[in-house]
Amino acid sequence: MSALGFNHHGVRAIYKFEMARALRTLWQSVAAPVISTSLYFVVFGSAIGSHMGHVDGVSYGSFIVPGLIMLSLFTQSISNASFGIYFPKFTGTIYEILSAPVSQFEITLGYVGAAATKSVLLGGIILGTAALFVPVQVLHPLWMLAFLVLTAVTFSLFGFIIGIWANGFEQLQFIPTLVVTPLTFLGGAFYSIDMLPPAWRTVTLFNPVVYLISGFRWSFYETSDVGVGLSLGMTLGFLAICLGLVFWTFKTGYRLKR
Amino acid sequence: MPPIISISNLSKTYDSGFQALQRVDLEIERGEVFALLGPNGAGKTTLISIMCGIVTPSTGVLTVDGHDIQKEYRAARSKIGLVPQELYTDAFESVLATVNFSRGLFGLPANPAHVEQVLKDLALWEKRKDRIMTLSGGMKRRTMIAKALSHEPKILFLDEPTAGVDVELRRSMWALMRRLREQGMTIILTTHYIEEAEEMADRVGVIHKGKLILAQEKAALMSKLGKKQLTLQLSSPLSALPRELAELGMTLKADGTELEYTIESNDESVPALLARVTGLGIGFKDIQTQKSSLEEIFVRLVSEQSSSRLPPPNLPGPPQASPAQGARAQNGAPQ
Repeated sequence: MSALGFNHHGVRAIYKFEMARALRTLWQSVAAPVISTSLYFVVFGSAIGSHMGHVDGVSYGSFIVPGLIMLSLFTQSISNASFGIYFPKFTGTIYEILSAPVSQFEITLGYVGAAATKSVLLGGIILGTAALFVPVQVLHPLWMLAFLVLTAVTFSLFGFIIGIWANGFEQLQFIPTLVVTPLTFLGGAFYSIDMLPPAWRTVTLFNPVVYLISGFRWSFYETSDVGVGLSLGMTLGFLAICLGLVFWTFKTGYRLKR
Repeated sequence: MPPIISISNLSKTYDSGFQALQRVDLEIERGEVFALLGPNGAGKTTLISIMCGIVTPSTGVLTVDGHDIQKEYRAARSKIGLVPQELYTDAFESVLATVNFSRGLFGLPANPAHVEQVLKDLALWEKRKDRIMTLSGGMKRRTMIAKALSHEPKILFLDEPTAGVDVELRRSMWALMRRLREQGMTIILTTHYIEEAEEMADRVGVIHKGKLILAQEKAALMSKLGKKQLTLQLSSPLSALPRELAELGMTLKADGTELEYTIESNDESVPALLARVTGLGIGFKDIQTQKSSLEEIFVRLVSEQSSSRLPPPNLPGPPQASPAQGARAQNGAPQ
Protein backbone atom coordinates (compact mmCIF):
# COMPACT_ATOMS: atom_id res chain seq x y z
CA MET A 1 0.00 0.00 0.00
CA SER A 2 2.79 2.37 0.69
CA ALA A 3 6.14 3.18 -0.74
CA LEU A 4 7.54 4.29 2.59
CA GLY A 5 6.22 1.53 4.84
CA PHE A 6 5.74 2.36 8.48
CA ASN A 7 6.30 6.07 9.12
CA HIS A 8 8.17 5.74 12.41
CA HIS A 9 9.56 9.29 12.12
CA GLY A 10 5.98 10.53 11.97
CA VAL A 11 4.89 8.53 15.02
CA ARG A 12 7.94 9.76 16.92
CA ALA A 13 7.25 13.37 15.91
CA ILE A 14 3.69 13.20 17.30
CA TYR A 15 4.84 11.35 20.44
CA LYS A 16 7.62 13.85 21.13
CA PHE A 17 5.28 16.78 20.49
CA GLU A 18 2.78 15.44 23.00
CA MET A 19 5.42 14.65 25.61
CA ALA A 20 6.89 18.13 25.18
CA ARG A 21 3.45 19.56 25.86
CA ALA A 22 3.41 17.77 29.20
CA LEU A 23 6.94 18.94 30.02
CA ARG A 24 5.92 22.55 29.38
CA THR A 25 3.26 22.13 32.03
CA LEU A 26 5.34 19.88 34.28
CA TRP A 27 4.31 21.77 37.39
CA GLN A 28 0.60 21.12 36.81
CA SER A 29 1.26 17.58 35.57
CA VAL A 30 3.01 16.57 38.79
CA ALA A 31 1.67 18.94 41.42
CA ALA A 32 -2.02 18.39 40.72
CA PRO A 33 -2.06 14.60 41.26
CA VAL A 34 0.32 14.81 44.23
CA ILE A 35 -1.83 17.40 45.96
CA SER A 36 -5.14 15.68 45.23
CA THR A 37 -3.79 12.29 46.34
CA SER A 38 -2.50 13.85 49.54
CA LEU A 39 -5.93 15.35 50.15
CA TYR A 40 -7.59 11.97 49.69
CA PHE A 41 -5.26 10.47 52.29
CA VAL A 42 -5.81 13.29 54.73
CA VAL A 43 -9.59 12.89 54.41
CA PHE A 44 -10.15 9.18 53.76
CA GLY A 45 -6.93 7.75 55.13
CA SER A 46 -6.49 9.69 58.37
CA ALA A 47 -9.75 11.45 59.25
CA ILE A 48 -12.26 8.79 58.17
CA GLY A 49 -9.96 5.79 57.77
CA SER A 50 -8.96 5.86 61.44
CA HIS A 51 -12.58 5.08 62.29
CA MET A 52 -12.78 2.27 59.71
CA GLY A 53 -11.68 -1.27 60.36
CA HIS A 54 -9.60 -3.37 58.01
CA VAL A 55 -11.08 -4.27 54.65
CA ASP A 56 -10.22 -7.80 53.52
CA GLY A 57 -7.38 -7.80 56.01
CA VAL A 58 -5.86 -4.56 54.70
CA SER A 59 -5.95 -1.23 56.55
CA TYR A 60 -8.42 1.17 54.96
CA GLY A 61 -5.74 3.70 54.02
CA SER A 62 -3.76 1.04 52.17
CA PHE A 63 -6.93 -0.48 50.70
CA ILE A 64 -7.87 2.68 48.78
CA VAL A 65 -4.44 3.16 47.15
CA PRO A 66 -5.13 1.04 44.02
CA GLY A 67 -8.56 2.64 43.60
CA LEU A 68 -7.08 6.12 43.88
CA ILE A 69 -4.43 5.33 41.27
CA MET A 70 -7.12 3.97 38.96
CA LEU A 71 -9.32 7.03 39.49
CA SER A 72 -6.49 9.32 38.40
CA LEU A 73 -5.50 6.96 35.61
CA PHE A 74 -9.02 7.03 34.12
CA THR A 75 -9.49 10.78 34.29
CA GLN A 76 -5.95 11.77 33.29
CA SER A 77 -5.77 9.29 30.38
CA ILE A 78 -9.04 10.60 29.02
CA SER A 79 -8.22 14.26 29.51
CA ASN A 80 -4.68 13.94 28.13
CA ALA A 81 -5.62 12.04 25.00
CA SER A 82 -8.82 13.95 24.31
CA PHE A 83 -7.08 17.31 24.68
CA GLY A 84 -4.13 16.12 22.59
CA ILE A 85 -6.26 15.48 19.49
CA TYR A 86 -8.95 18.07 20.18
CA PHE A 87 -6.57 21.01 20.50
CA PRO A 88 -5.17 20.71 16.92
CA LYS A 89 -8.76 20.51 15.72
CA PHE A 90 -9.57 23.64 17.67
CA THR A 91 -6.52 25.64 16.51
CA GLY A 92 -6.64 24.28 12.96
CA THR A 93 -3.15 22.74 13.06
CA ILE A 94 -4.80 19.37 12.38
CA TYR A 95 -4.44 20.26 8.67
CA GLU A 96 -0.83 19.18 8.84
CA ILE A 97 -1.54 15.78 10.40
CA LEU A 98 -4.26 15.12 7.82
CA SER A 99 -2.05 16.13 4.89
CA ALA A 100 0.99 14.17 6.09
CA PRO A 101 1.95 10.69 4.90
CA VAL A 102 0.94 9.11 8.20
CA SER A 103 -1.67 6.39 8.49
CA GLN A 104 -4.55 6.56 10.92
CA PHE A 105 -2.92 3.80 12.92
CA GLU A 106 0.29 5.83 13.18
CA ILE A 107 -1.59 8.96 14.27
CA THR A 108 -3.38 6.95 16.97
CA LEU A 109 -0.12 5.32 18.06
CA GLY A 110 1.57 8.70 18.49
CA TYR A 111 -1.22 10.41 20.43
CA VAL A 112 -2.42 7.44 22.48
CA GLY A 113 1.13 6.23 23.13
CA ALA A 114 2.08 9.62 24.59
CA ALA A 115 -1.10 9.91 26.65
CA ALA A 116 -0.69 6.38 28.04
CA THR A 117 2.98 7.01 28.86
CA LYS A 118 2.02 10.10 30.82
CA SER A 119 -0.69 8.18 32.68
CA VAL A 120 1.66 5.34 33.63
CA LEU A 121 4.20 7.88 34.94
CA LEU A 122 1.39 9.57 36.83
CA GLY A 123 0.37 6.23 38.36
CA GLY A 124 3.95 5.85 39.59
CA ILE A 125 3.91 9.35 41.11
CA ILE A 126 0.65 8.66 42.95
CA LEU A 127 1.93 5.32 44.20
CA GLY A 128 5.07 7.07 45.48
CA THR A 129 2.98 9.77 47.18
CA ALA A 130 0.67 7.17 48.74
CA ALA A 131 3.65 5.27 50.13
CA LEU A 132 4.53 8.40 52.11
CA PHE A 133 1.20 8.22 53.96
CA VAL A 134 0.34 4.53 54.32
CA PRO A 135 2.14 1.16 54.05
CA VAL A 136 1.78 -0.14 50.51
CA GLN A 137 2.91 -3.49 49.20
CA VAL A 138 2.75 -4.84 45.68
CA LEU A 139 2.59 -8.63 45.76
CA HIS A 140 2.47 -9.07 41.96
CA PRO A 141 4.48 -6.22 40.34
CA LEU A 142 4.21 -7.60 36.81
CA TRP A 143 0.43 -7.98 37.07
CA MET A 144 0.29 -4.49 38.56
CA LEU A 145 2.26 -3.08 35.65
CA ALA A 146 0.14 -5.03 33.14
CA PHE A 147 -3.13 -3.66 34.57
CA LEU A 148 -1.61 -0.18 34.78
CA VAL A 149 -0.45 -0.17 31.14
CA LEU A 150 -3.57 -1.84 29.72
CA THR A 151 -5.88 0.52 31.57
CA ALA A 152 -3.80 3.57 30.58
CA VAL A 153 -3.90 2.52 26.92
CA THR A 154 -7.62 1.70 27.00
CA PHE A 155 -8.65 4.97 28.60
CA SER A 156 -6.27 6.97 26.41
CA LEU A 157 -7.94 5.39 23.39
CA PHE A 158 -11.29 6.28 24.88
CA GLY A 159 -10.12 9.87 25.43
CA PHE A 160 -8.78 9.99 21.88
CA ILE A 161 -12.23 9.03 20.58
CA ILE A 162 -13.86 11.70 22.76
CA GLY A 163 -11.36 14.27 21.43
CA ILE A 164 -12.22 13.39 17.84
CA TRP A 165 -15.92 13.45 18.59
CA ALA A 166 -15.97 16.67 20.65
CA ASN A 167 -17.09 19.92 19.10
CA GLY A 168 -16.24 22.10 22.05
CA PHE A 169 -14.21 22.17 25.23
CA GLU A 170 -17.25 21.49 27.39
CA GLN A 171 -17.87 18.24 25.49
CA LEU A 172 -14.38 17.09 26.44
CA GLN A 173 -15.47 17.23 30.07
CA PHE A 174 -18.88 15.70 29.51
CA ILE A 175 -18.14 11.97 29.56
CA PRO A 176 -15.34 12.07 32.18
CA THR A 177 -17.51 14.08 34.58
CA LEU A 178 -20.88 12.51 33.98
CA VAL A 179 -19.92 8.90 33.29
CA VAL A 180 -16.39 7.93 34.29
CA THR A 181 -16.10 9.64 37.69
CA PRO A 182 -19.48 8.32 38.98
CA LEU A 183 -18.71 4.82 37.73
CA THR A 184 -15.34 4.96 39.46
CA PHE A 185 -16.77 6.14 42.77
CA LEU A 186 -19.45 3.45 42.53
CA GLY A 187 -16.97 0.89 41.23
CA GLY A 188 -15.26 0.06 44.48
CA ALA A 189 -12.48 2.63 44.46
CA PHE A 190 -13.12 3.38 48.13
CA TYR A 191 -14.87 0.20 49.32
CA SER A 192 -15.13 -3.49 48.69
CA ILE A 193 -18.38 -4.40 46.98
CA ASP A 194 -18.85 -7.04 49.68
CA MET A 195 -19.71 -4.10 51.92
CA LEU A 196 -22.84 -3.42 49.82
CA PRO A 197 -26.30 -5.01 50.32
CA PRO A 198 -26.68 -8.10 48.06
CA ALA A 199 -29.05 -6.39 45.60
CA TRP A 200 -26.65 -3.51 45.01
CA ARG A 201 -23.78 -5.93 44.72
CA THR A 202 -25.49 -7.47 41.67
CA VAL A 203 -26.16 -4.05 40.16
CA THR A 204 -22.53 -3.09 40.72
CA LEU A 205 -21.34 -6.06 38.68
CA PHE A 206 -22.72 -4.27 35.61
CA ASN A 207 -20.28 -1.45 36.28
CA PRO A 208 -17.24 -2.16 34.09
CA VAL A 209 -14.95 -0.16 36.35
CA VAL A 210 -15.40 -2.74 39.14
CA TYR A 211 -13.38 -5.27 37.17
CA LEU A 212 -10.54 -2.86 36.46
CA ILE A 213 -10.18 -1.76 40.07
CA SER A 214 -10.60 -5.26 41.44
CA GLY A 215 -7.87 -6.75 39.28
CA PHE A 216 -5.52 -3.88 40.02
CA ARG A 217 -6.12 -4.21 43.76
CA TRP A 218 -5.49 -7.95 43.56
CA SER A 219 -2.00 -7.26 42.19
CA PHE A 220 -1.33 -5.27 45.36
CA TYR A 221 -2.92 -7.28 48.16
CA GLU A 222 -4.31 -10.47 46.57
CA THR A 223 -7.80 -9.37 47.61
CA SER A 224 -10.42 -8.91 44.94
CA ASP A 225 -14.15 -8.56 44.35
CA VAL A 226 -14.07 -10.70 41.22
CA GLY A 227 -11.58 -13.24 39.87
CA VAL A 228 -8.36 -11.80 38.49
CA GLY A 229 -8.82 -13.74 35.25
CA LEU A 230 -12.22 -12.11 34.76
CA SER A 231 -10.67 -8.71 35.50
CA LEU A 232 -7.99 -9.23 32.89
CA GLY A 233 -10.54 -10.50 30.39
CA MET A 234 -12.76 -7.47 30.93
CA THR A 235 -9.78 -5.09 30.67
CA LEU A 236 -8.78 -6.67 27.35
CA GLY A 237 -12.42 -6.54 26.26
CA PHE A 238 -12.61 -2.79 26.86
CA LEU A 239 -9.35 -2.35 25.02
CA ALA A 240 -10.80 -4.25 22.05
CA ILE A 241 -13.98 -2.14 22.11
CA CYS A 242 -11.98 1.10 22.14
CA LEU A 243 -9.74 -0.13 19.32
CA GLY A 244 -12.85 -1.00 17.34
CA LEU A 245 -14.33 2.44 17.96
CA VAL A 246 -11.13 4.17 16.83
CA PHE A 247 -11.02 2.02 13.73
CA TRP A 248 -14.64 2.82 12.93
CA THR A 249 -14.11 6.52 13.59
CA PHE A 250 -11.24 6.70 11.14
CA LYS A 251 -12.93 4.49 8.58
CA THR A 252 -15.87 6.85 8.39
CA GLY A 253 -13.64 9.93 8.64
CA TYR A 254 -16.01 11.00 11.35
CA ARG A 255 -15.48 14.65 12.37
CA LEU A 256 -11.90 14.79 11.11
CA LYS A 257 -12.21 14.82 7.36
CA ARG A 258 -14.98 16.28 5.29
CA MET B 1 7.68 14.38 -18.85
CA PRO B 2 4.19 13.50 -17.61
CA PRO B 3 2.40 16.22 -15.65
CA ILE B 4 3.21 16.35 -11.94
CA ILE B 5 -0.46 16.57 -11.03
CA SER B 6 -3.22 15.03 -13.04
CA ILE B 7 -6.86 15.51 -12.12
CA SER B 8 -9.70 13.92 -13.99
CA ASN B 9 -13.43 14.13 -13.47
CA LEU B 10 -13.06 15.31 -9.90
CA SER B 11 -16.25 16.16 -8.01
CA LYS B 12 -16.96 16.89 -4.40
CA THR B 13 -20.33 17.08 -2.70
CA TYR B 14 -20.22 17.79 1.03
CA ASP B 15 -22.49 16.01 3.49
CA SER B 16 -24.63 19.14 3.60
CA GLY B 17 -25.41 18.56 -0.08
CA PHE B 18 -23.32 21.49 -1.22
CA GLN B 19 -21.57 20.65 -4.47
CA ALA B 20 -18.17 22.31 -4.15
CA LEU B 21 -16.56 20.87 -7.28
CA GLN B 22 -18.09 19.59 -10.49
CA ARG B 23 -16.16 17.35 -12.86
CA VAL B 24 -12.84 19.15 -12.76
CA ASP B 25 -10.11 18.11 -15.19
CA LEU B 26 -6.69 19.69 -14.86
CA GLU B 27 -3.05 18.93 -15.41
CA ILE B 28 -0.20 20.78 -13.73
CA GLU B 29 3.19 20.70 -15.42
CA ARG B 30 6.45 20.23 -13.59
CA GLY B 31 8.11 23.42 -12.46
CA GLU B 32 5.30 25.76 -13.37
CA VAL B 33 3.58 28.35 -11.26
CA PHE B 34 -0.14 27.78 -11.57
CA ALA B 35 -2.56 30.33 -10.18
CA LEU B 36 -6.07 29.27 -9.33
CA LEU B 37 -8.41 32.24 -9.39
CA GLY B 38 -11.97 32.51 -8.32
CA PRO B 39 -14.32 34.42 -6.06
CA ASN B 40 -14.83 33.40 -2.45
CA GLY B 41 -16.60 30.06 -2.19
CA ALA B 42 -15.77 29.08 -5.77
CA GLY B 43 -14.09 25.82 -4.74
CA LYS B 44 -10.41 26.81 -4.72
CA THR B 45 -9.69 25.64 -1.19
CA THR B 46 -11.73 22.45 -1.68
CA LEU B 47 -9.64 21.59 -4.73
CA ILE B 48 -6.38 22.19 -2.85
CA SER B 49 -7.65 20.31 0.20
CA ILE B 50 -8.48 17.29 -1.93
CA MET B 51 -5.02 17.36 -3.54
CA CYS B 52 -3.46 17.41 -0.06
CA GLY B 53 -5.62 14.66 1.42
CA ILE B 54 -7.61 16.81 3.85
CA VAL B 55 -10.90 16.44 2.00
CA THR B 56 -12.01 13.18 0.41
CA PRO B 57 -13.27 13.53 -3.17
CA SER B 58 -16.71 12.19 -4.07
CA THR B 59 -15.64 11.00 -7.50
CA GLY B 60 -12.67 11.31 -9.80
CA VAL B 61 -9.01 10.39 -10.03
CA LEU B 62 -6.10 12.49 -8.86
CA THR B 63 -2.43 11.55 -9.17
CA VAL B 64 0.58 13.38 -7.77
CA ASP B 65 3.85 12.56 -9.52
CA GLY B 66 2.18 9.39 -10.80
CA HIS B 67 0.83 8.30 -7.39
CA ASP B 68 -2.88 8.03 -6.72
CA ILE B 69 -3.70 10.29 -3.76
CA GLN B 70 -5.85 7.69 -2.08
CA LYS B 71 -4.25 4.35 -2.91
CA GLU B 72 -0.68 5.59 -2.64
CA TYR B 73 -1.27 8.42 -0.22
CA ARG B 74 2.13 8.19 1.43
CA ALA B 75 4.09 8.63 -1.77
CA ALA B 76 1.69 11.28 -3.05
CA ARG B 77 1.57 13.35 0.13
CA SER B 78 5.31 13.26 0.75
CA LYS B 79 5.73 15.25 -2.49
CA ILE B 80 3.52 18.08 -1.28
CA GLY B 81 4.08 21.02 1.03
CA LEU B 82 0.92 22.87 2.03
CA VAL B 83 0.64 26.40 3.37
CA PRO B 84 -2.99 27.01 4.30
CA GLN B 85 -4.66 30.37 4.14
CA GLU B 86 -5.24 30.74 7.87
CA LEU B 87 -2.36 31.09 10.31
CA TYR B 88 -2.66 27.73 12.04
CA THR B 89 0.25 27.52 14.45
CA ASP B 90 1.22 25.80 17.67
CA ALA B 91 1.46 28.98 19.70
CA PHE B 92 3.61 27.54 22.50
CA GLU B 93 6.16 25.80 20.28
CA SER B 94 9.42 27.33 19.13
CA VAL B 95 9.98 27.96 15.43
CA LEU B 96 12.71 25.32 15.24
CA ALA B 97 10.67 22.70 17.10
CA THR B 98 7.62 23.14 14.91
CA VAL B 99 9.68 22.92 11.70
CA ASN B 100 11.47 19.78 12.96
CA PHE B 101 8.08 18.33 13.88
CA SER B 102 6.82 18.82 10.32
CA ARG B 103 9.87 17.11 8.85
CA GLY B 104 9.42 14.11 11.13
CA LEU B 105 5.69 13.95 10.49
CA PHE B 106 6.39 13.64 6.79
CA GLY B 107 8.59 10.63 7.48
CA LEU B 108 12.05 12.10 7.15
CA PRO B 109 14.96 11.76 9.58
CA ALA B 110 16.24 14.93 11.22
CA ASN B 111 18.42 17.09 8.98
CA PRO B 112 19.62 20.15 10.90
CA ALA B 113 21.50 21.52 7.87
CA HIS B 114 18.41 21.53 5.66
CA VAL B 115 16.22 23.05 8.35
CA GLU B 116 18.83 25.72 9.01
CA GLN B 117 18.94 26.58 5.32
CA VAL B 118 15.15 26.82 5.09
CA LEU B 119 14.98 29.06 8.15
CA LYS B 120 17.77 31.27 6.85
CA ASP B 121 16.08 31.55 3.44
CA LEU B 122 12.95 32.74 5.19
CA ALA B 123 14.82 35.11 7.52
CA LEU B 124 13.71 33.11 10.56
CA TRP B 125 17.04 31.74 11.77
CA GLU B 126 17.48 34.46 14.37
CA LYS B 127 13.99 33.71 15.68
CA ARG B 128 14.36 29.93 15.77
CA LYS B 129 14.19 29.69 19.56
CA ASP B 130 11.27 32.09 19.91
CA ARG B 131 7.80 30.84 20.68
CA ILE B 132 5.49 31.21 17.70
CA MET B 133 2.99 33.23 19.74
CA THR B 134 5.57 36.02 20.09
CA LEU B 135 6.08 36.40 16.33
CA SER B 136 4.49 38.96 14.04
CA GLY B 137 1.87 37.89 11.51
CA GLY B 138 4.40 37.97 8.68
CA MET B 139 6.84 35.79 10.60
CA LYS B 140 4.08 33.33 11.47
CA ARG B 141 3.25 33.01 7.79
CA ARG B 142 6.91 32.46 6.96
CA THR B 143 7.05 29.83 9.72
CA MET B 144 4.19 28.00 8.02
CA ILE B 145 6.10 28.13 4.74
CA ALA B 146 9.19 26.79 6.52
CA LYS B 147 7.11 23.89 7.85
CA ALA B 148 5.87 23.15 4.33
CA LEU B 149 9.41 23.24 2.93
CA SER B 150 10.95 21.22 5.77
CA HIS B 151 10.36 17.87 4.08
CA GLU B 152 11.79 18.90 0.71
CA PRO B 153 8.56 18.71 -1.31
CA LYS B 154 8.36 18.90 -5.09
CA ILE B 155 5.09 20.80 -5.07
CA LEU B 156 4.20 23.75 -2.91
CA PHE B 157 0.59 24.75 -2.36
CA LEU B 158 0.05 28.30 -1.26
CA ASP B 159 -3.55 29.02 -0.35
CA GLU B 160 -4.03 32.78 -0.52
CA PRO B 161 -0.39 33.47 0.42
CA THR B 162 -0.75 37.23 0.50
CA ALA B 163 -4.29 37.66 1.80
CA GLY B 164 -4.21 40.45 4.34
CA VAL B 165 -0.46 41.01 4.28
CA ASP B 166 1.24 44.34 3.75
CA VAL B 167 2.90 45.41 0.52
CA GLU B 168 6.42 44.73 1.73
CA LEU B 169 5.65 41.19 2.83
CA ARG B 170 3.77 40.55 -0.40
CA ARG B 171 6.83 41.59 -2.40
CA SER B 172 9.05 39.33 -0.31
CA MET B 173 6.63 36.43 -0.80
CA TRP B 174 6.78 36.93 -4.54
CA ALA B 175 10.57 37.02 -4.41
CA LEU B 176 10.52 33.76 -2.46
CA MET B 177 8.19 32.13 -4.99
CA ARG B 178 10.55 33.15 -7.79
CA ARG B 179 13.53 31.65 -5.98
CA LEU B 180 11.69 28.38 -5.38
CA ARG B 181 10.58 28.26 -8.98
CA GLU B 182 14.17 28.69 -10.11
CA GLN B 183 15.04 25.67 -7.97
CA GLY B 184 12.48 23.63 -9.91
CA MET B 185 9.60 23.71 -7.45
CA THR B 186 6.09 23.42 -8.85
CA ILE B 187 3.93 26.07 -7.19
CA ILE B 188 0.17 26.13 -7.09
CA LEU B 189 -1.34 29.19 -5.54
CA THR B 190 -4.86 30.29 -5.03
CA THR B 191 -5.58 33.94 -4.90
CA HIS B 192 -8.29 36.40 -5.50
CA TYR B 193 -5.72 39.10 -6.09
CA ILE B 194 -5.44 39.12 -9.85
CA GLU B 195 -2.35 41.25 -9.54
CA GLU B 196 -0.63 38.34 -7.85
CA ALA B 197 -1.48 35.89 -10.60
CA GLU B 198 -0.45 38.43 -13.20
CA GLU B 199 2.87 38.91 -11.43
CA MET B 200 3.69 35.30 -10.64
CA ALA B 201 1.82 32.76 -12.73
CA ASP B 202 2.85 30.88 -15.85
CA ARG B 203 -0.67 29.56 -16.20
CA VAL B 204 -3.97 30.65 -14.81
CA GLY B 205 -7.02 28.58 -13.98
CA VAL B 206 -10.35 30.17 -13.24
CA ILE B 207 -12.76 28.34 -11.00
CA HIS B 208 -16.32 29.48 -10.52
CA LYS B 209 -19.18 27.76 -8.74
CA GLY B 210 -17.19 24.55 -8.55
CA LYS B 211 -16.34 24.43 -12.25
CA LEU B 212 -12.97 25.00 -13.77
CA ILE B 213 -14.04 27.34 -16.53
CA LEU B 214 -10.61 27.96 -17.95
CA ALA B 215 -6.95 26.92 -17.64
CA GLN B 216 -4.55 28.66 -19.93
CA GLU B 217 -1.11 30.20 -20.32
CA LYS B 218 -1.27 33.61 -18.75
CA ALA B 219 0.34 35.32 -21.74
CA ALA B 220 -2.00 33.59 -24.21
CA LEU B 221 -4.97 34.46 -22.07
CA MET B 222 -3.93 38.07 -21.93
CA SER B 223 -3.43 38.36 -25.65
CA LYS B 224 -6.59 36.48 -26.46
CA LEU B 225 -8.88 38.22 -24.08
CA GLY B 226 -6.90 41.25 -23.11
CA LYS B 227 -7.79 44.34 -25.06
CA LYS B 228 -5.60 47.30 -25.61
CA GLN B 229 -7.17 50.70 -25.56
CA LEU B 230 -5.60 53.54 -27.49
CA THR B 231 -6.47 57.12 -26.56
CA LEU B 232 -5.37 60.13 -28.58
CA GLN B 233 -5.57 63.52 -26.93
CA LEU B 234 -6.29 65.93 -29.74
CA SER B 235 -4.59 69.28 -30.21
CA SER B 236 -7.94 70.87 -30.94
CA PRO B 237 -11.42 69.40 -30.33
CA LEU B 238 -13.35 67.85 -33.19
CA SER B 239 -17.00 68.72 -33.60
CA ALA B 240 -17.78 65.42 -35.35
CA LEU B 241 -16.02 62.15 -35.98
CA PRO B 242 -14.84 61.80 -39.58
CA ARG B 243 -16.69 58.94 -41.27
CA GLU B 244 -13.48 57.19 -42.23
CA LEU B 245 -12.47 56.91 -38.58
CA ALA B 246 -15.95 55.91 -37.45
CA GLU B 247 -15.83 53.00 -39.89
CA LEU B 248 -12.62 51.84 -38.23
CA GLY B 249 -14.46 51.73 -34.94
CA MET B 250 -13.00 54.87 -33.42
CA THR B 251 -15.09 56.93 -31.05
CA LEU B 252 -14.95 60.54 -30.00
CA LYS B 253 -14.80 61.17 -26.28
CA ALA B 254 -14.43 63.96 -23.73
CA ASP B 255 -16.31 66.66 -25.69
CA GLY B 256 -14.39 65.96 -28.83
CA THR B 257 -10.95 66.27 -27.28
CA GLU B 258 -10.11 62.57 -27.33
CA LEU B 259 -10.21 59.80 -29.89
CA GLU B 260 -10.54 56.30 -28.48
CA TYR B 261 -9.87 53.00 -30.19
CA THR B 262 -9.86 49.41 -28.96
CA ILE B 263 -7.07 47.41 -30.50
CA GLU B 264 -7.91 43.78 -31.15
CA SER B 265 -5.05 41.36 -31.60
CA ASN B 266 -5.59 40.94 -35.35
CA ASP B 267 -5.99 44.62 -36.11
CA GLU B 268 -3.73 46.71 -38.26
CA SER B 269 -0.79 48.15 -36.47
CA VAL B 270 -0.95 51.23 -34.36
CA PRO B 271 1.52 53.26 -36.52
CA ALA B 272 -0.68 52.67 -39.58
CA LEU B 273 -3.70 53.80 -37.65
CA LEU B 274 -1.93 56.92 -36.48
CA ALA B 275 -0.86 57.65 -40.05
CA ARG B 276 -4.50 57.61 -41.14
CA VAL B 277 -5.45 60.01 -38.36
CA THR B 278 -2.58 62.31 -39.29
CA GLY B 279 -3.53 61.97 -42.96
CA LEU B 280 -6.90 63.47 -42.17
CA GLY B 281 -5.16 66.52 -40.75
CA ILE B 282 -6.06 65.71 -37.14
CA GLY B 283 -3.32 66.72 -34.76
CA PHE B 284 -2.78 65.12 -31.34
CA LYS B 285 -0.61 66.09 -28.39
CA ASP B 286 -0.49 62.84 -26.45
CA ILE B 287 -1.00 59.08 -26.87
CA GLN B 288 -2.02 56.64 -24.15
CA THR B 289 -2.42 52.90 -24.41
CA GLN B 290 -3.91 50.75 -21.73
CA LYS B 291 -4.01 46.96 -21.55
CA SER B 292 -6.88 45.29 -19.79
CA SER B 293 -5.72 43.56 -16.65
CA LEU B 294 -6.26 39.96 -15.71
CA GLU B 295 -8.79 41.29 -13.26
CA GLU B 296 -10.98 42.70 -16.00
CA ILE B 297 -10.68 39.44 -17.92
CA PHE B 298 -11.63 37.53 -14.80
CA VAL B 299 -14.66 39.70 -14.08
CA ARG B 300 -15.81 39.23 -17.64
CA LEU B 301 -15.42 35.46 -17.48
CA VAL B 302 -17.24 35.17 -14.20
CA SER B 303 -20.11 37.42 -15.23
CA GLU B 304 -20.32 35.44 -18.43
CA GLN B 305 -20.60 32.21 -16.49
CA SER B 306 -23.18 33.68 -14.16
CA SER B 307 -25.47 34.64 -17.01
CA SER B 308 -28.56 32.58 -17.54
CA ARG B 309 -27.42 31.21 -20.87
CA LEU B 310 -25.89 28.18 -19.19
CA PRO B 311 -28.02 25.05 -18.81
CA PRO B 312 -28.47 23.77 -15.28
CA PRO B 313 -25.73 21.38 -14.20
CA ASN B 314 -26.25 17.64 -14.75
CA LEU B 315 -28.71 18.23 -17.58
CA PRO B 316 -27.59 17.55 -21.12
CA GLY B 317 -27.36 20.80 -23.03
CA PRO B 318 -26.12 21.96 -26.41
CA PRO B 319 -22.36 22.21 -26.75
CA GLN B 320 -21.22 25.44 -25.18
CA ALA B 321 -19.02 27.97 -26.81
CA SER B 322 -15.77 28.06 -24.90
CA PRO B 323 -15.81 30.71 -22.19
CA ALA B 324 -13.13 32.55 -24.06
CA GLN B 325 -15.25 32.78 -27.19
CA GLY B 326 -18.28 33.70 -25.17
CA ALA B 327 -16.50 36.50 -23.42
CA ARG B 328 -15.23 37.75 -26.71
CA ALA B 329 -18.64 37.69 -28.32
CA GLN B 330 -20.21 39.60 -25.50
CA ASN B 331 -17.48 42.08 -24.99
CA GLY B 332 -16.07 42.27 -28.45
CA ALA B 333 -17.56 45.65 -29.26
CA PRO B 334 -15.43 48.62 -28.32
CA GLN B 335 -16.51 50.12 -25.05
